[in-house]
Amino acid sequence: MIDLFDKFDPLIEQRAALLESGITDPFNLVMEKVESPTVAICNGRRTILLGTYNYMGMTFDPDVVAAGKQALDEFGSGTTGSRVLNGTYGGHKAVEQALKDFYEMDHAMVFSTGYQANLGVISTIAGKEDYIILDIDSHASIYDGCALGNAQIVPFRHNDIEALEKRLKRVPEGAGKLVVLEGVYSMLGDVAPLKEMVAVSKANGAMVLVDEAHSMGFIGEHGRGVAEAQGIIDDVDFIIGTFSKSVGTVGGFCVSNHPKFEILRLVCRPYVFTASLPPSVVATAATSIRKLMDSADKREHLWENSKRLHAGLRQLGFTLGTDEPQSAIIAVIMPDLETGAAMWEALLDEGLYVNLARPPATPAGMTLLRCSLCALHSEEQVGEILDMFAAAGRATGCIS
Amino acid sequence: MSDRSQTLAKVLELIEPFNKKGVAVSESTRFAQDLEWDSLTVLDFVANIEDEFDVIISMNMQAEIETVGQLVDALEKLKA
Repeated sequence: MIDLFDKFDPLIEQRAALLESGITDPFNLVMEKVESPTVAICNGRRTILLGTYNYMGMTFDPDVVAAGKQALDEFGSGTTGSRVLNGTYGGHKAVEQALKDFYEMDHAMVFSTGYQANLGVISTIAGKEDYIILDIDSHASIYDGCALGNAQIVPFRHNDIEALEKRLKRVPEGAGKLVVLEGVYSMLGDVAPLKEMVAVSKANGAMVLVDEAHSMGFIGEHGRGVAEAQGIIDDVDFIIGTFSKSVGTVGGFCVSNHPKFEILRLVCRPYVFTASLPPSVVATAATSIRKLMDSADKREHLWENSKRLHAGLRQLGFTLGTDEPQSAIIAVIMPDLETGAAMWEALLDEGLYVNLARPPATPAGMTLLRCSLCALHSEEQVGEILDMFAAAGRATGCIS
Repeated sequence: MSDRSQTLAKVLELIEPFNKKGVAVSESTRFAQDLEWDSLTVLDFVANIEDEFDVIISMNMQAEIETVGQLVDALEKLKA
């Protein structure tokens, strides 16, 4: 018998070697208690959270929590069914209405996760004769959506407008075209030139899908994302988003003005063949989304946090993923996985949690310490964070 | 020179800037195993090939192309 697990041997060995050095497993951390969107107890120690995507800090919002409790009491713990059978409750329609209001769009379709939203929409709308043209640094859920479907997949160099245009022009006459972009790329926290890219896509007859997972609630005047901030949201055919970041729970969605959009509910397999979200989850999401419409002050504070952390880390001598802060993600570039893991552990010992990101999730084989800020991080906490980076950086030799 | 050998010559020329290990390249050279290209190198190389021949080589097609000779065959087909 061939052991089907043999193919994982290189990764098993790499992992064993890393753990043999005595380091805490960076991919196995347990949060024993969560005190707030910015503080948890890890290994018995009070830890500031700087790697949660909880951008707007909605997870402990009293209105959000109350809505969840009420739905749990009134509708039970789960739907035990697909959206197209017994899994659509009033709450599911209510959260879709909240999304339509939030984005001012005609249609909204809620999936059980953000991953499934990309998987479902991309694999369903691009068929065998169609072309998907996507940024090479696209999220795994976008690539998996491509893999699940039958379209021709054509990647282009990250954020390269000319490379996108060239490929669009070479797509055979008569083939359908879907351009897939992200507002904020989650590894380095950089923003796409959506204005130019959407214009080029439209000029070449393509439909455009933009994943705004990391910008919803924060970027743009109404928190609708990078497409709103760059003034081209009306030219985007499909926006994909998630409830597991700014919204503060779990779930995914697609909003659109396409007149035939609703047919997706019958033909999109990752929507049909899975159970719908629990009533408590959709109730928390709907409440949170409506509160996010009116959160300009929080958005402003989050920008301040992002700018301050970016400038502070730079001043300490760290290499960052972007020259300027472009989102609520600040990526600190590490020279290699060993140093990255050592630095990650040193930060945890100081009482700070960040994400350790490594290939294949990262571009160009980079190891990153990825920091995502929260609107509820206080000025004081950002100061503490910088102190901890200074101490850990010196202890591990990352900075002098 | 036949069309195919012209295509091969051009492909070999475009491989050279990415042939960091100085591998002796023939039609049977494999991109992943012999040239040890990572995904970004592949992206840049494919972009140059696409520009040179004014074609699109989708990831679906790339998955079928393992060797230099197979790339030349695919290009001959695409140009036809």
